[in-house]
Amino acid sequence: MDAVTTFFEMGGYARFVWPAYGLVSVVALGLLVMSLRGLRCRQKELAALQERLPGRRGRVWE
Amino acid sequence: MKRLIEIIRRDLRLALRQGSDSVMVVTFFVLTVILFPFGIGPEANILERVSPGVLWVTALLASMLSLDRLFQADYEDGSLELLALTPTALEILVIGKVAAHWLTTGLPLMIAAPVLAVLLHMNGDGFVALLVTMLLGTPTLSLIGAMGAALVLGARRGGVLLSLLVLPLYIPVLIFGVGAIDSAVQGLDYSAQLLLLGGILLAALPLAPLAAAAALRQALE
Amino acid sequence: MLGLSTPSGFIKVSKLVSPWLWTACVLLIGAGLYFALFVSPADYQQGQTVRIMYIHVPSAWLGMFGYSVMALASAAGLVWKNPLADLVAKASAPIGASFTFLCLATGSLWGKPMWGTWWAWDARLTSMLILLFLYFGYIALQNAFDDPGRGARAAAILALAGFVNVPVIKFSVDWWKTLHQPASLMKMSGPALHPSMLTPLLLMVSGFTCFFVAVLIVRVRTEILAAKIRALRLSEIHAAQGSGVAG
Repeated sequence: MDAVTTFFEMGGYARFVWPAYGLVSVVALGLLVMSLRGLRCRQKELAALQERLPGRRGRVWE
Repeated sequence: MKRLIEIIRRDLRLALRQGSDSVMVVTFFVLTVILFPFGIGPEANILERVSPGVLWVTALLASMLSLDRLFQADYEDGSLELLALTPTALEILVIGKVAAHWLTTGLPLMIAAPVLAVLLHMNGDGFVALLVTMLLGTPTLSLIGAMGAALVLGARRGGVLLSLLVLPLYIPVLIFGVGAIDSAVQGLDYSAQLLLLGGILLAALPLAPLAAAAALRQALE
Repeated sequence: MLGLSTPSGFIKVSKLVSPWLWTACVLLIGAGLYFALFVSPADYQQGQTVRIMYIHVPSAWLGMFGYSVMALASAAGLVWKNPLADLVAKASAPIGASFTFLCLATGSLWGKPMWGTWWAWDARLTSMLILLFLYFGYIALQNAFDDPGRGARAAAILALAGFVNVPVIKFSVDWWKTLHQPASLMKMSGPALHPSMLTPLLLMVSGFTCFFVAVLIVRVRTEILAAKIRALRLSEIHAAQGSGVAG
């Protein structure tokens, strides 16, 4: 138990170490979640469009 | 070369006919500098200490004022497209425009700066450095600014956007400009800073027109 | 190159690579965290705050790496007119900007106990701050046009101009710093890193890089789909106009 407390105390610097780690995980996970949600959204949108416009493919390049 | 001079003359004539641009820029410069004593107090030693920085930062902002109209008017009335169709390279056009911009903003700022330096109690040893750094630095500002102005053609809120694009790129000029004056005031040698400012100008002279011309081309597509 | 330069090729390759990337990312960061928080010792000068370095340094690396990816992709887009390169450049900007911000925030959290202040005009922090504004300018320029293609090309030119300027800015800030060096500040990292610190640092840097590439792939795929949707919408409008004229 004591070892756990000393670990979380971070030699008295817990106030700085843990927020830093927390901030990085929040921003990184937020970035990931937002990117995945964007992908899902576009996939749904594209599927709906393709259902409405059968036979047409959104050829962008080539 | 002949075309270059023609472009500069055309722009200067237009600027003179409208008349207000240079006067406005210098007025902004003077007014903003005058605000500082009100903001930080009239003590001569404090003003003297901050005077190089205040003059240079304000000069950066002032030289940005007229940038967004550098290509805008020609872009809107279609004369930019006509100029692009002529055999003269767009790069030459950009250099001409930059030269005209510098003559109507950089040069007046340079003339006004020593007067303002007196108001800010700048040490007498700094005046030569102030003039030389302005001479070497303001053309770089016009060059980088022209690139920014070409990039924001046709953009929404181009004016604000322009400052966001251009100001970070101005930082080296600011650092070396102020550094040279600080050294001069302390009686130190400041040739290194001048060489660096000159080097930046020499690098910007071919690169910025290239980038600006590329931006103009894709704006006209 | 492996058909990577076309959208369908990219999607194919990315579907193959993505699971491995995510696995590597989780394993590397997991191991890195274990070494960073449990195995590595406290620094004799910085104490436990040295553990902030294990996320601060990788963030700084990704901030610079992201800008390089953006600039190189922009160059490829301008030279070869490859639209996929434009999408890579566009997708890497928000990721790079996020990590640049994280670098500043963690640096600030480290600076408070070590320097006694949240912000010091340290040469590296100042350069990162300027880098963040270069990112902001790029993202703002890209979104300022009604035509996304126009935004991509203008932003590509800006990215290249910024890339050329980064060394100049870095040098000038370093120079400015040596001129105004306050004696009391401690250097951000010592001259030589002890191996016990190098291990977690390298693990975290590679884990973060995997994360960057994996998220980049997701974002590029999103952009490809968005381009497809735009093309479909346009063809729909054209079809409607065509039938309107015929009827």
